[in-house]
Amino acid sequence: MGIRTLVAMLVTALVVIGALATQESYKVFMPGLLQGAVLTIEIAILGSLLAIVMGVLAALARMYGPAPLRWLATVYVEIFRGTSALVQLFWLFFVLPQFGVTLNAFLVAVLALGLNVGAYGSEVVRGAIQSVPRGQWEACTALNMSRPQMLRRIILPQAFVAMIPPWGNLFIELLKSTALVSLITLSDLAFKAQQMNQNTFKTIPIFTLVLLMYLAMSLVVTIGMRLLERRASLGLARGKAA
Amino acid sequence: MTEQPMVRFDNVSKRYGALTVLDGLNLDIARGEKVSIIGPSGSGKTTVLRMLMTLETINDGVIWVEGEPLTHMQRNGKLVPADLAHIRKIRAKIGMVFQSFNLFPHMTAMQNCIEAPITVLGMKRADAEARAAELLDMVGLSEKKDHYPSQLSGGQQQRVAIARACAMRPKIMLFDEVTSALDPELVGEVLEVIRKLGREHDLTMLMVTHQMGFAKEFSDRVCFFHAGKICEQGPPSELFGAPKNERTRQFLHAVLEAG
Repeated sequence: MGIRTLVAMLVTALVVIGALATQESYKVFMPGLLQGAVLTIEIAILGSLLAIVMGVLAALARMYGPAPLRWLATVYVEIFRGTSALVQLFWLFFVLPQFGVTLNAFLVAVLALGLNVGAYGSEVVRGAIQSVPRGQWEACTALNMSRPQMLRRIILPQAFVAMIPPWGNLFIELLKSTALVSLITLSDLAFKAQQMNQNTFKTIPIFTLVLLMYLAMSLVVTIGMRLLERRASLGLARGKAA
Repeated sequence: MTEQPMVRFDNVSKRYGALTVLDGLNLDIARGEKVSIIGPSGSGKTTVLRMLMTLETINDGVIWVEGEPLTHMQRNGKLVPADLAHIRKIRAKIGMVFQSFNLFPHMTAMQNCIEAPITVLGMKRADAEARAAELLDMVGLSEKKDHYPSQLSGGQQQRVAIARACAMRPKIMLFDEVTSALDPELVGEVLEVIRKLGREHDLTMLMVTHQMGFAKEFSDRVCFFHAGKICEQGPPSELFGAPKNERTRQFLHAVLEAG
């Protein structure tokens, strides 16, 4: 789908939200839902940043680290990929305090979602690095570069382009997973919706607005990633060169 | 000859599992010498270059560069396998041009030529650019310096690759079938650059090639490889004019037939 179509969808979603918000039956829910949406966005952004950092570090550690680091990274990836994000949230929030470590709910949300998505992200990073042709590594060796120089200047910039679409998927996964944090006392968009629904039973207006808000947020992510991809692949006609 | 050879392969072997690619290779290359390696595919000729560039490890023997071991280092008077720091120190004397160019696709011709001088040699950007501009001029591509590899023809890409390798000021330059991936009409421009390089720069050159005419005209010595060994070697006039070995004769007959 072209960027134009996506932008049209986003504009439509926002216009519909705006139009609904003018009606009395919808209007009352807007302040509460927007408040929830802000928290959702905060968690999604910080979680995504943590996921990128963990994804890159874990991938590099698994590919090039010394044995203990490689082992540690593998354990991290398998644990966070192999168990559900909900269980991870609960564990960090309810079990960890039993061992004397109490983290606030917001931090737990960012940690659990960031670490969870970072584990998937490390596989994305690894695959992208491996997709860079062997000849690029050999050219670096022939120019006597060190391994960090090769990675930083030649390999990662090329792998970056291949990473963008799968990371876009992961960011959207993360955004949607933020609904889970309503279960550890956080007043995110999903929590606000449930709370208002229990109080008013106005299910149609509340969940219609929430649906459109999540859609608008994920469209922003998709459009942002498309633009990034377009920018990053300028001058890098993969396949033709090499 | 009292002078130390630029490169010495001392009883070097390379095996992949049960397959022996190179079998006890002994080869000395003098300073400034231009040596061509020819032979049928699978004879181990490309492996010779790849081992010297440290793209492949060796199983036996020692490779020496200007009297210093490349694959090994001295420790307590004994030769032990080299660590990366040692390899990088010696490897700095060697450059390589590849069959498939291997330019960095996210960088312009100019950026390709200044990247390693800046990051590896620590040159100032302005100095690296001045040097790269000279080299791009030498390969006839001054006007293309801001083009990306995907905007250049195969021949132009290979000429940038030669300039990029020269920018590191190697003493030894390796050419691995550098015209094999090119359309026939682009071969000439690349060979012309290599000729020029040989004339104007004090370089030791080692090339694997299928261009018999070029090998004959350009090299001081030609080595014919067969089944992991040097089967015959000598000045091009002798090797092409009067090959002594039956296998050499068969090979030359076959390639010259193919034209």
